[in-house]
Amino acid sequence: MTERVQYTEFHPRWHRTRFPVFWWLRRRSYLVFVVRELTSVFVAWTVVYLLLLINAVAEDDAAYQRFLDWSGTWWVVLLNVVALALLLFHTVTWFNLAPKAIVARMRGRPLPGIWIQGAHYLAWALVSAGVAWLILG
Amino acid sequence: MAERITLQVSRYRPENDAEPVTQEYEIPLRKAWSVLDGLNHVKDHIDGTLSFRWSCRMGICGSCGMTVNGDPHLGCAAFLTDYAPGPVRVEPLRNFPVIRDLVVEIGDFMRKLPKVKPWLIRTDTAETGTAEAEAAEIGTAEIGTAEREFPQTPAEMDEYHRYSMCINCMLCYSACPVVGLEEDFLGPAAIAIAQRYNLDSRDQGAAERFDVLSSAAGVWDCTFVGECTTACPKGVDPAGAIQRYKLTAAMESLKAFVLPRRAR
Amino acid sequence: MAKRQIEPILWLTFSAGGMAAALALPVLLLVFGVLIPLDWASPDRTHLLAVLRNPLTRLVLLAVFVLALFHWAHRFRYTLYEGLQLKHLNQVINVLCYGGAVAGSVMAGYILLIAL
Repeated sequence: MTERVQYTEFHPRWHRTRFPVFWWLRRRSYLVFVVRELTSVFVAWTVVYLLLLINAVAEDDAAYQRFLDWSGTWWVVLLNVVALALLLFHTVTWFNLAPKAIVARMRGRPLPGIWIQGAHYLAWALVSAGVAWLILG
Repeated sequence: MAERITLQVSRYRPENDAEPVTQEYEIPLRKAWSVLDGLNHVKDHIDGTLSFRWSCRMGICGSCGMTVNGDPHLGCAAFLTDYAPGPVRVEPLRNFPVIRDLVVEIGDFMRKLPKVKPWLIRTDTAETGTAEAEAAEIGTAEIGTAEREFPQTPAEMDEYHRYSMCINCMLCYSACPVVGLEEDFLGPAAIAIAQRYNLDSRDQGAAERFDVLSSAAGVWDCTFVGECTTACPKGVDPAGAIQRYKLTAAMESLKAFVLPRRAR
Repeated sequence: MAKRQIEPILWLTFSAGGMAAALALPVLLLVFGVLIPLDWASPDRTHLLAVLRNPLTRLVLLAVFVLALFHWAHRFRYTLYEGLQLKHLNQVINVLCYGGAVAGSVMAGYILLIAL
């Protein structure tokens, strides 16, 4: 669309609109898309938070206690609740879109998307249960 | 008195208008009328200067793509009664320059489409195996003649059939924000059509399409907004085609990384 | 046919990281970010230490953390490119995103393999 055009009487000027900066506010689906992409920020935050935790656990009882006190302050809890909501949004959107990219076959025939999606949710349930059991059990 | 509905049509007359302006037309609201029927009523009875493209009126030709109440639609497939009591906003397709009123300049798409070589490529019909050599030989080549057929099972056809439904209406280009942001992006339909041939058991051209499809302006520009698939009037699912190709291309590239000297 | 491109490899880490994050992170954040701070659960430190010092735990966590960080780098890069139309700053953004992911990965490696 960049080629320079010589406008003449018989080739009048084309109208071009500039793509709006806040295009993602113009449609609900675009906004959902941008929120989906921004879940990655909370993925990164979760990694940082867990590394801080592991570092404290590795150090000594006092460091672990300091981490627990810090993680219990209202703004950290609030941040983590928001982060958890967005992580769940990431998981759900990720699993729901997975059948689009993955084509699994059984005896040469492509499996229906709902099976692939179901397998992801099943794996999620198993991993979550396993991790929770390992930590709390 | 019969019911009526208002069309708010975007007008751009380059000889007079610096910017598109909105013009309102009140038309009868008939049960079986599409937005395209409404525009044709305007053209025939109210204002003959209104410009728009159309041909088949039945969702096959792909000419009447337009933005109806903010969403990309085929004018012939958007029914006025679904928008009652109105008004209905009718604008040209987004992400394309406007020539006049609802008529957009589609050269961008027309230049991108042939880049993916959207035709069946056989490498075994000519010695050099290129599409050019094949085309040069077409008079004597066996393709399409009774001497040689390329049969296909229904299961093999299922692999690509939905992608072959594309009618080049460009609604997906209008729906895709990446098309608006990245002028070089090949775009949803071109990639879906490339996959239509890549996944065809009779085609041997996947390697020839690889470089274009796996370039930065190919599949990697796509961020999977998914609106192309929502907009598609033929159920082609370009978003799915692109994600599938990303996986294919990534695996090929990984092989090239791990086995750099492997002859392919 | 296939040239040695970096973009497909970055996309693979993005995808693997997205999968790892989707499967593993919600439960970890639920337990450590919400349940424990609100005193709904309180595993003692020696138990956590025992679980963490298992070589398998270290390796799995390292893989999840590194991939999740590259997942963030890739996605956030495109969000800045497109959401704010900053593609002209791509070099700065690349350094910020992938540099951040590399730095985070080094930290994760240090904490999980050496400090622990």
